[in-house]
Order: sequence, then structure tokens, then C-alpha cells
Amino acid sequence: MEYLQSLGHKGLSFFQRLGRGHILLANIVMGLHTLLPRLRLVLIQVFSVGVLSLIIILVSGLFVGMVLGLQGYNTLVDFGAEESLGVVVALSLVRELGPVVSALLFAGRAGSALTAEIGLMKATEQLSAMEMMAVDPVRRVLAPRFVAGVISMPLLAAIFSAVGVLGGYFVGVGLLGVDEGAYWSQMQSSVDLYDDIYNGVIKSIVFGIVVTWIAVFEGQDAIPTSEGVSRATTRTVVHSSLAVLGLDFVLTALMFGD
Amino acid sequence: MTDASPIVKIRGLSFSRGNRKIFDGVDIDIHRGKVTAIMGPSGTGKTTLLRLIGGQLHPDAGTIHVDTQNVPDLSYRQLYALRKRMGMLFQNGALLTDMNVYDNVAFPLREHTRLNERLIRSLVLMKLEAVGLRGARDLMPSELSGGMSRRVALARAVAMDPMIMMYDEPFTGQDPISMGVVVRLIRTLNDALGLTSIIVSHDIAETAAIADHIYLLSGGKVVAQGSSKELDESDSEWAQQFMKGLPDGPVPFHYPAREFTEDLFDLDNASRGVRP
Ligand SMILES: Nc1ncnc2c1ncn2[C@@H]1O[C@H](COP(=O)(O)OP(=O)(O)OP(=O)(O)O)[C@@H](O)[C@H]1O
Ligand SMILES: [Mg+2]
Repeated sequence: MEYLQSLGHKGLSFFQRLGRGHILLANIVMGLHTLLPRLRLVLIQVFSVGVLSLIIILVSGLFVGMVLGLQGYNTLVDFGAEESLGVVVALSLVRELGPVVSALLFAGRAGSALTAEIGLMKATEQLSAMEMMAVDPVRRVLAPRFVAGVISMPLLAAIFSAVGVLGGYFVGVGLLGVDEGAYWSQMQSSVDLYDDIYNGVIKSIVFGIVVTWIAVFEGQDAIPTSEGVSRATTRTVVHSSLAVLGLDFVLTALMFGD
Repeated sequence: MTDASPIVKIRGLSFSRGNRKIFDGVDIDIHRGKVTAIMGPSGTGKTTLLRLIGGQLHPDAGTIHVDTQNVPDLSYRQLYALRKRMGMLFQNGALLTDMNVYDNVAFPLREHTRLNERLIRSLVLMKLEAVGLRGARDLMPSELSGGMSRRVALARAVAMDPMIMMYDEPFTGQDPISMGVVVRLIRTLNDALGLTSIIVSHDIAETAAIADHIYLLSGGKVVAQGSSKELDESDSEWAQQFMKGLPDGPVPFHYPAREFTEDLFDLDNASRGVRP
């Protein structure tokens, strides 16, 4: 009986949080027009959310591309198809690994930082103080961070894929002796702008929205204590990673299913 | 200046946190141009009262009229317009930690006005000079002491020249000199700019020195009110206990709990802290 009660309570609070999350998203979107004359606020956040995530994206992209080059070569060479290495590397990156891995890294690097920052601002009453100064924290603090995340994510994913293709090139062409011309020309002729690249970009935009939304919401909804903030930060990473992987399946099924 | 109608008029205010009633039918009038003090033991809901006036919390019942508008009924737009005319000093300062002292004081001006940076600079320096921290303008909030943070927050709260100033514990953490400065500042601001001030405090001597009217809160009700002289001379036990700082009397020092001996010998629940 007690177990049922606690289950019901958990369920209810889950739906309450879901509701609050959507209300927050609606508030952010409705306040977006106030950001237009103040793009500087967004730019500052693009720097701290996006530019500061660059290193981890560059390094990871390079290594993932190199591993793809190695694994792809070993598989393809059995069929004498190592000329197609470029296609394999590029398609895996653009369709899947670019958007997904960079979203996971983004959640860990930028999402957690956003939640911790906003949660601490709440815990130290900075958000409250802003409200009393008639400055809406949703518009002044949350919205610029949200927009910056949504802008940065596709760019980071694109950079990840580009660096990955280079990594595959270093290993495949540089070390393993795949023909350079074949690597690039096969890639060029087989990667479709619409089917592959646009779909990859759409994925990364969706991931950007979801990860930043979760991060910003968890920060704003955190219990204003050090423990509350640390829990919220963990939740951001866990929930947004799960959301990215789950959504990736759904999006892939929708885009490439037929 | 002495307009008869109160600028803040609270009637039948009730508010609960969980099962605990913080306010139970409170009536308070705050008059234009006066310094009104809200006093009471720690945890009675003084900060909560300021948040209710500022529209950050919603009462369960009752009305809170600020300048003829009922705060709980206001729309988003009206509430934010009203808040532009209110200043609040938070108990811990609540400075924005990602900007230095100067930018903190300039923050409301930059958000709400289109003044150019030269004008903002003069205004900010004026306010910082008034709290004695003009020299600290380049420090970050993490480099300030508690008392300094609160004085910066004070400069920020008055930057927009509000109509009502609410001070939450303005005196805590001040040394005797800065205490004197803050006390005089509150009074001077009030009289020179024609503000209305609400002070929440435990510091009886300082508060009594500047308050025109004092409300004593306890157990969710107003237990005594009057000028400091009236309270001093009043025969209300509440007023006597509070003004003299006696531990025994009607004002409870403890958060509500059952008998101490009963709690001590409750060995069945020895492994956890138990609520009454
Ligand atoms: N977020 C909250 N959730 C639940 N209860 C709260 C919350 N904030 C405050 N309370 C309760 O409300 C009561 C009033 O709190 P408040 O901060 O208004 O007290 P106060 O009079 O300002 O005390 P102090 O003089 O110590 O600052 C306290 O007893 C506290 O337990
Ligand atoms: Mg308080």
C-alpha cells in the first residue's frame, strides 16, 4: 500500500515536472522577441556554451574519425572495397556519429555547466533579486543560454563530422595507403546533400533544443541547496543523454526508415 | 507628503508553507513617506512578507494593495511595471556573481533605461559613494565581505530611485561605523527622495531609532504595533518581551516542537529526527 502510494506520488511529481518544463519552454519562446535588440547577450553565451566546447569536440571528432578509418579499412579490405572508405567514414559521421556523439559531449560539457550555473544563481537568490528588479530571469538569463545552445549544437556537430572525415583521411590515406583521389571522389559522389547532410543537421538541431532545454530547466527547477544543484546537474547529463539516444532512434526511423 | 491613504495596505493576509501557517489574517498599513519596521523573532515570516508584497509569492487569502493595485491580481506586465518602482535589499545581498560591483549597481539602469554610459557612470558612482564603496567598484562579489556585499546591494536597490524600498535585515554584518552610515542612509534616502521604507530587522536599537512605526509579528499575527515610544511604554507582554529582549514571555524562541523532555526520552525513534 505504502509502495503504491509512493509510486503514485512519484508519478504525479514526474508529470508536474514535465508540465513545468513545458511552461518554461513556452515562456522562453514567447520572450524570444525581447532578445532581438540584445543579441550581445546571446553572443556571450554562444562563446561560453559553444566556443568553450570546441576543444573537446575537435579532439573527439579527430579520434572517432581515425577509429572509423581503421575499422572501416579492415572490413572493406576483405571485399577489396577499400576505395569506399571515404563514403563509409563520411556517412557514419554525418548521419549518426556527428550529431549523436557531439550531443552527448555537449550535454556533459555545456549542459552540466548551464544547470550548475543557473542552479547556483537560484540558490544564491540572484534570480529572485532580478525578479524584484523587474528583470525577468527567464528572458535575461535562461533565454539567451537556450538560444546559444540551439545555435551552437549544429555547428559543433558539423565541426565534429568535418574533423572526423579528416581523421579518417589521415589513417586511411596517410597510414594504410588508400588512394587519395578515391577517398574524396567516392565520398563526394555518394554523400547526398539532402538525404544525408540535411537530415544530420536536423538531428543536431533537435538534439540542441532538447539538451539545452533540459539543462536550463533542471537549473531553474533545482532545489536551491548545494545538494539540490549537484543532483540537478547529474540529472541533466543522464536525462539529456538518454533523450538524445532515444530521439536518435526515432529520428533515424523517420528519416531513413523507408 | 503625509497623504492619509497608506501606500501598502494588507488585509486579512494568510499564507502557508506546507502545513505550517506562516500568516493568519494579518493587517498592515504602510504609510507614504514613513519608515515602517516589521520586527519579530527569526522564522516568523518577515522575509516571506516582503516577498508577498513584491509578488514573488501568492497569498492563500487576503489582499495586498500597493499604490491601489492588488499585487496578487496583477498581470505579468503590471507586476513587472510595479516592481520597477520597488527596491528590495535581500538578506544576503544577492549580487550577480558574474559582474563586478560597478556593473551590479549599473545593472538595473542598463536594463530599464536608455541612459548613455557617461550618465550611468555618474549615477553609479554617486550611489557607491553614498554607501562608502566607490573605491571597491572593480571588485567581484566574491571579493567582498558580507557587510560590503549588503552595502553594494543597497546601492543597487536604490539605483532606480524607487517609490518603495524594502530592506531585509540591512544592519546585520555591519561594524559600528558602517552601521551608523546605513542607518543614516536609510533615513536620508527616505526623507530626501520622499520614499517609503519598510525595514525588516531584529536590531531593536537601530530600528527603533529610525522607524516611525513598528509592527511586531509573532505566530502568524501582528501582536503589537505603534511607534517605538508607544511600544516601549505599552503594557503588552509581547512588546515588553521583544523590546527588552527577554527569553521568557509570549514570544516563542523555539521553532514549534513538542516538549523537550518528551523528545529526549523518545527512544523508539532514536534513530531519526522526529517532527511533532
Ligand atoms: N522555501 C521554503 N519552503 C518551506 N518553508 C519555508 C521556505 N522558506 C521559508 N520557509 C519557512 O517559512 C518561515 C518564515 O521564513 P522567513 O524566511 O520569512 O523568516 P524570517 O522572519 O525572515 O526569519 P529571519 O529573521 O531568520 O530571516 C520559516 O519558519 C521557514 O521555516
Ligand atoms: Mg528573513
